[in-house]
Amino acid sequence: MLLASDIEVAQNIGFYLIAAVMVLGAINVVRSSNVVHAALSLVAVMGGAAAQYLLLSAEFVAVTQVLVYIGAVMVLFLFGVMLTRAKLGKDIDLNNKGGAAIGAPVALLLFGVMAYVLIKGFEDDRIVTSGDEAIGSTATLSDKIFSLYALPFWALSFVLLAAVIGAIVLARKD
Amino acid sequence: MFAESTEAAGWFLENAWLIPLIPAVAFFLILGFGKRMPRGGSEIGIASMLASLVIAAGTAYQWVQRVDAPVAEGEHALARGSFGFARTFSEEAAEAGHEVAPVISTLDWFDIGRLHVSIGSHIDGLAVTLLLLVAFISTLVQIYSTEYVRGDRRYTHFFASITLFSAGMLTMVLAPNMLQFILGWEIMGLCSFLLIGHWWEETANSKAALKAFFTVRVGDMGLLVGTAALFALFGTMEIGEINEQAANFAGDNKGMLLFAAIALFIACIGKSGQFPLHTWLPDAMAGPTPVSSLLHSSTMVVAGVFLVARLYPVFHVGLDINVAGQSFNLIAVIGGITVLIAAGLAFVQDDIKKVLAYSTVSQLGYMMLGLGVGAWTGAVFHIFTHAFFKCALFLCAGSIAHTGSHHSFDMKKDMGGLRKKMPVTFVVWIVSTMALMGVPFFSGFFSKDEIIDSAKHNHYTVFYFVAIIGAAMTAAYMTRATYLTFFGKARGGAAHFVHGHDDAHDTHDAHADAHGHDAHGHDDHHAPAHHSAPLPFAKTDSSWQITVPLIILGVLAIFSGYLNAPALGIHWFEHMTESSIGAGSAMSVPPPPEFSWAAAAPGLLLVLAGFVVSLLISKAVFGEKKTALQGLTQRNSLLGAGHKFLVNKYYLDALYENVIVKAVAYPIARAAYWTNQHVLDGIVNAVGIGGKRTGELVYKYVDQGLVDGAVNGSGATARGAGGALQPVQSGKVNLYGALLFGAAAVGALVLVLVNS
Amino acid sequence: MLVNNFLILGAVLFSIGVYGVIARKNAVLVLMSIELILNSVNINLLAFDRINGTQDGAVFALYIIAIAAAEVGVGLAMVLLIFRNRKTIALDDLSEMKG
Repeated sequence: MLLASDIEVAQNIGFYLIAAVMVLGAINVVRSSNVVHAALSLVAVMGGAAAQYLLLSAEFVAVTQVLVYIGAVMVLFLFGVMLTRAKLGKDIDLNNKGGAAIGAPVALLLFGVMAYVLIKGFEDDRIVTSGDEAIGSTATLSDKIFSLYALPFWALSFVLLAAVIGAIVLARKD
Repeated sequence: MFAESTEAAGWFLENAWLIPLIPAVAFFLILGFGKRMPRGGSEIGIASMLASLVIAAGTAYQWVQRVDAPVAEGEHALARGSFGFARTFSEEAAEAGHEVAPVISTLDWFDIGRLHVSIGSHIDGLAVTLLLLVAFISTLVQIYSTEYVRGDRRYTHFFASITLFSAGMLTMVLAPNMLQFILGWEIMGLCSFLLIGHWWEETANSKAALKAFFTVRVGDMGLLVGTAALFALFGTMEIGEINEQAANFAGDNKGMLLFAAIALFIACIGKSGQFPLHTWLPDAMAGPTPVSSLLHSSTMVVAGVFLVARLYPVFHVGLDINVAGQSFNLIAVIGGITVLIAAGLAFVQDDIKKVLAYSTVSQLGYMMLGLGVGAWTGAVFHIFTHAFFKCALFLCAGSIAHTGSHHSFDMKKDMGGLRKKMPVTFVVWIVSTMALMGVPFFSGFFSKDEIIDSAKHNHYTVFYFVAIIGAAMTAAYMTRATYLTFFGKARGGAAHFVHGHDDAHDTHDAHADAHGHDAHGHDDHHAPAHHSAPLPFAKTDSSWQITVPLIILGVLAIFSGYLNAPALGIHWFEHMTESSIGAGSAMSVPPPPEFSWAAAAPGLLLVLAGFVVSLLISKAVFGEKKTALQGLTQRNSLLGAGHKFLVNKYYLDALYENVIVKAVAYPIARAAYWTNQHVLDGIVNAVGIGGKRTGELVYKYVDQGLVDGAVNGSGATARGAGGALQPVQSGKVNLYGALLFGAAAVGALVLVLVNS
Repeated sequence: MLVNNFLILGAVLFSIGVYGVIARKNAVLVLMSIELILNSVNINLLAFDRINGTQDGAVFALYIIAIAAAEVGVGLAMVLLIFRNRKTIALDDLSEMKG
């Protein structure tokens, strides 16, 4: 007999494992001295994010995350790395002089403020994990997109079109 | 009969928002397709203005029916006058008139918190008057312009701007709330800049455009502040609600209302060219003449007067107008000063357009004076009549320059003796001048006389004298201008025109350059000079596109006054508009005084005296016979000094540029320069090479700072700001990012600390 | 599960991304750090979505993914252009805007 509390324990273990991978990957993205390693760590972070979306029972977003981010965006990044002829291997010239000295305090301050607010604001609110079929179902999601959020969707398609044309114009040789 | 049910107010009344929308759309059409049209886009502009005019006329017609509808069933008699409904002054009738509710139709624009903003139309008597006026005059001016700016290199842009200009004014006139009002107001500000600087290749023109823009902008701050104050006070942007609440104002927050009224009035001072911000108006003559005429008759400058008329309860209650024992208030004082000062300046101008410009300033002063003494109807009616005759006068000036004086506006050098050759222009000019002077039975008489009468009747005795003296001065300077232009010996460009038309064109270019007239640009369209056909009965006058609008305006300069002629017992206009001030208000605007010829007599006598004296002096000074008066200002030092004082516009420009600009802008510029030199070079290189120079500058400015405390304070602030902003200018993207996120973090921290 | 699990994870990723934006010099790596920030926002949105029980957060997350794809496309095209013109993508060399 599988109890709800057991599921929650399993979920928590899963969450912390994935979260650890994500945080380590993220740190590697910003600290690695190898551009390709940084890019691959980013893949780990994004994959972890997709897994977290599954824990949040948002399957469609998770799948999209894998397809778009890991499938398309990462390939773009790797192309970017190659086309800008980054050194494959160690490159000590990836960071700003004194960047860490400025970045670390700013990041820590931001994190401190956010963590304080979150802990104070949400204390021990829990996520509903009832077996409601409608939650996270792709059908209700599509209903939302094509009714209430149709106008932003429409605008978004123009943004994408503009981005495609813009990218071509910017990157072509002549 | 229309308007049986209160819901259906009529198609035109409910769809009046089309009136500004059509020219606004036309503006984009002209910009987009104008250059490809056979007539360069002017046909789109004229068609849109005609469409607006038709809808405005329909609106006016339905408004008249709406006002009269309840009267038909009421018992109190409204005697039918020869031009509509004349009203007997019984109290019942007054009440009946106040009950006509405005027709408001709106669309939601946006919501911010408790502020709900709509866009649409607010139709009442005042709005209808201005709508009809603006649409009508814009149409005529555009027709006139097709000939006047023909061949100009920015012909299409001219029509685009002038169409948008009308759209802006119409938007403002219709505004149901303050935000739409500001929208229209600002569109006009922008277009006036574009149009005044239409011939921007000449530095003087672009400077005049900038001056107009910035001077008006000083006042515009007042509009924003005043609107904010009204919102804080009443919690609404709707003009109708503001008026109602202000009229019934009983709170102890009177200071706030006073503040709002003063702030809004500062906006009116800027826009309507009232003293002391009137200096931009004469410089605005740099624009093409049709622009001047539109600007000075029905749009732009009228906007300020319109704002006071629109929000009259705010001013009336806020500034204690018509309160027993009060014989002064801000609006009347500013209006009175403007009347006299501008009329004085009009005497010494050689440029015909500048005479008219100062005359406009002076007449706007009358309107403000009227509003200040409680003569709301008189002031609004003066807007109405003044628009026709002032537009006619400007278009006459343009016609003279276009045909008679070869693009010069200089009355002393290039005009004179034109009455025989330009009969249409001459007759229209004379008719309009008589209307402007306030000669009985011309339109200006009825409106101006009501203002003057009310000033006396409402116990503003000082302003009564100001008004009649102003009227005499008006008569005098217009006589001078008329004499110089149409009588006496033909001079300069006019001589070429009068004595032989053929050789004139050859000498024209050199001629125009030789004059070097300063602010006004001469039109540079003389190269392909094929003019259209003139009217058959005035072959030597300007072509029909110019003379037909002139004739129409001339006719209206006479007859528009009969819509509200107290002298003949006609109060139709008043009846149509009186509900605009606020329905059922507790505000006590005194009824206009009964007209009597005895009361009008002193003013009329002074006008006559002004006319006669000015005619005699003009004949003596500018006539062909040698007299002792000629060159008097050169010989008599006292008169010369007075003349110089006036020619220099009371030294107000000098005051602004030398004293105020130097005192305010110069220290700021100096502080900024000091920040630049001292902080950026100084701190960065303090130990290094710049040390010595920095030391000198520090010494110098510490010294200066001791003398001038204000500069010192602003300098200290600037040093702090400069120091903090220094990293921003590093050009390093990462640092920008750090600053952005750091600021966000600190901001969030502050919010957390404040809220916990 | 605690909501804060996800929200704090988002905050951590966001801060790391901010650090990357500030500390990295290579333009491609800065873009990657921006992706970290965008992902952290998505996690937050989905967590809030679960609190509310509606699907609105998921819709926003999808739209953000689409915007991010567009942003990367244009961003990398600009990086390529800069690289072609200057043979470097070090951001501290791009300081024409220095005041």
